Amino acid sequence: MFRIIYNITHSYLNKTINRILQQENIIVMVLPGNRKISNRADNDKFSLKHEEIGRPLYFDAQATTPLDPRVLDAMLPYLVSYHGNPHSRTHTYGWESEAAVEKAREQVAHLIGADPKEIIFTSGATESNNISVKGVARFYAPRKKHIVTTQIEHKCVLDSCRALEGEGFKVTYLPVGPNGIINLQELEEALTPETSLVSVMTVNNEIGVKQPIAEIGAICKKKKVFFHTDAAQALGKIALDVNAMNIDLMSISGHKIYGPKGIGALFIRRRPRVRVEPIQSGGGQERGMRSGTVPTPLVVGLGAACEIAEREMKYDHAWVEKLSQRFLDKIYSKLTHVIRNGDLEQSYPGCLNLSFAYVEGESLLMALKDVALSSGSACTSASLEPSYVLRAIGTDEDLAHSSIRFGLGRFTTMDEVDYTAEKTIKHVERLREMSPLWEMVQEGVDIKTIKWSQH
Amino acid sequence: MVSNISKTQILSIYKSLLRESEKFSNYNFRSYAIRRVRDAFKEHKSLTDKNLINKEYQFAKDNIAIIKRQVVIGEMYKTEKLVIENQQ
Repeated sequence: MFRIIYNITHSYLNKTINRILQQENIIVMVLPGNRKISNRADNDKFSLKHEEIGRPLYFDAQATTPLDPRVLDAMLPYLVSYHGNPHSRTHTYGWESEAAVEKAREQVAHLIGADPKEIIFTSGATESNNISVKGVARFYAPRKKHIVTTQIEHKCVLDSCRALEGEGFKVTYLPVGPNGIINLQELEEALTPETSLVSVMTVNNEIGVKQPIAEIGAICKKKKVFFHTDAAQALGKIALDVNAMNIDLMSISGHKIYGPKGIGALFIRRRPRVRVEPIQSGGGQERGMRSGTVPTPLVVGLGAACEIAEREMKYDHAWVEKLSQRFLDKIYSKLTHVIRNGDLEQSYPGCLNLSFAYVEGESLLMALKDVALSSGSACTSASLEPSYVLRAIGTDEDLAHSSIRFGLGRFTTMDEVDYTAEKTIKHVERLREMSPLWEMVQEGVDIKTIKWSQH
Repeated sequence: MVSNISKTQILSIYKSLLRESEKFSNYNFRSYAIRRVRDAFKEHKSLTDKNLINKEYQFAKDNIAIIKRQVVIGEMYKTEKLVIENQQ
C-alpha cells in the first residue's frame, strides 16, 4: 500500500510529514525541486505503448522448437491406429510398434554415424545426461573417482556432478576463455589416471559456442577416458559423427530438432564398450540401461525429426546463417555498444546472445512483448540472476544483466527478423535515452571510474 | 520400370505443392513450406537422370499428401494471428 502526493507546498509538507511519521512501517520519499512532477507523460518518447495485436513472434529456438508438420504426420498413425506395446512379442500390435521403434532407432543412428544398437531412447537430454554422468561415474567408481566437465555445461550435467560430489567423487569444472571455448591444454592437464569421464557440451544453449569436439575426443581416446557430449543444441544443426569425433556417449533431445517433447536418446558406444549403472530399475528395456515402455509415437517422431534434420541440415544452416547475418547487420548499423557474447567464429549462428550496454535486459524483454525472447536458458529464466554461463566467460555484471538471446530456426522468416531487429533498435534507443548512465557515456564519462557512494 | 515424367507433370505438381502450402494457417509453416518447395525445385532444375527425376517426383507426391493432411489438422487447432500478419 502506498500513496503518491504530487506537488505539495512547503508548509503542507511539514504538516503531512509529522502526521505520516506517527504511523509505523512507512517510507517517505521527498523529491525537492522547483519542477513540477506530473504523472502524465508529456511526450510519447519514453512511453511504452503496445499498439500491435496478435501472437508474439517466436525467437526462442534454444528453449524449444515447434513440431515440424512432417514429424507430426509420421507420429499420428501411432497415436491413432497402432497402439501396441513395442515390447509385446506375441502379437501383431507389438510387432508393428517394434518395427516402428527400430526404424526410428536407425534414423537416429544414421544422423550421427552410429550403429542402431548403440542408441537407447530416454525421456530427453536431461535423462540422457544423468545416465551418462552418474551412470558411468558409478559403474567405474571402484577404480576411478574423478570427472571432468566445464563451467558452462547445462544445469542437469552440473547438478549430476554436484550429486556425485556428495557421493565422494572428485569433479573438475574446467574454466572457459572469454570466447566461451575451453582450453585443450587445460583439459589434458586435468585428466588423471583416476578420471573416468569427460563431459563437454557440443553447442552451448546460451551463447551458442561450439567446442572443439573432435580434438577433445582425440585427447580422451589417447588418455583412455570416456567422452560424453551433450549434443541437444547441436544435433541436426551441425554435422556430427561419433566415430570421427571419438564420442563415447552423446545426449540427444527431440524437441530441439523440431520433434516432440518428452523424448530423447542416448548414444552409448559398444566398441569399446561403455558401461553404465542404470538409474531407473524395471523391465530391462533398452538394453537394461533405461527401463520403462518405449513410447512408440514419440520415438517415431524423434526418428522422423532426425531424418528430416539429416536431409535439411545444409539448407537449414544456410538459411539460419543468412537470417542471423541480416539481424546482426541491422542491429550493428543502428546501435553502438552492442556486444555479442561467445566466440564470433566458432558458434552456431542460430543462437545470438547480445548484450546491449546501458539497457537493463528485463526492461528490454518487457518492451519487446511482441517477440518471444529470453535472457538465457529457459531453466533459469524465472530468476533475475545473471546467467552462470555469462559469468563463466567473464562478462561484466552490468553487461550480463543486459543480455538477450535471440534464437533463430527453420521456421523463422526474413520478415520476422526485420520486425524484431527494428523493434529491438527502437526500444534500446528509447531505454538508453531514459538512462542517466547512457547520457554520461555520451558525454564521455567512463562509467567504470565512477565511485558510487553508499549511504 | 522407370516411367518418363513429362515437363507438364513436374510443373503441375510444383503448382499444386505451392497451392497446398499456401493453405497452412500457421504463418511460419506456410512461409517455410512455400520457400522450401521453391528452393527444392530450383535446386533440382538441371536434373537429367531419369531415375533421380522419378525419385524426386515421388518425394513431391509424398509431400503433397503430408501437406494436405497437415493443413487440415492445422486448421482445426489454429490460433490467433501473429503480430506480423496483422500488420500486413
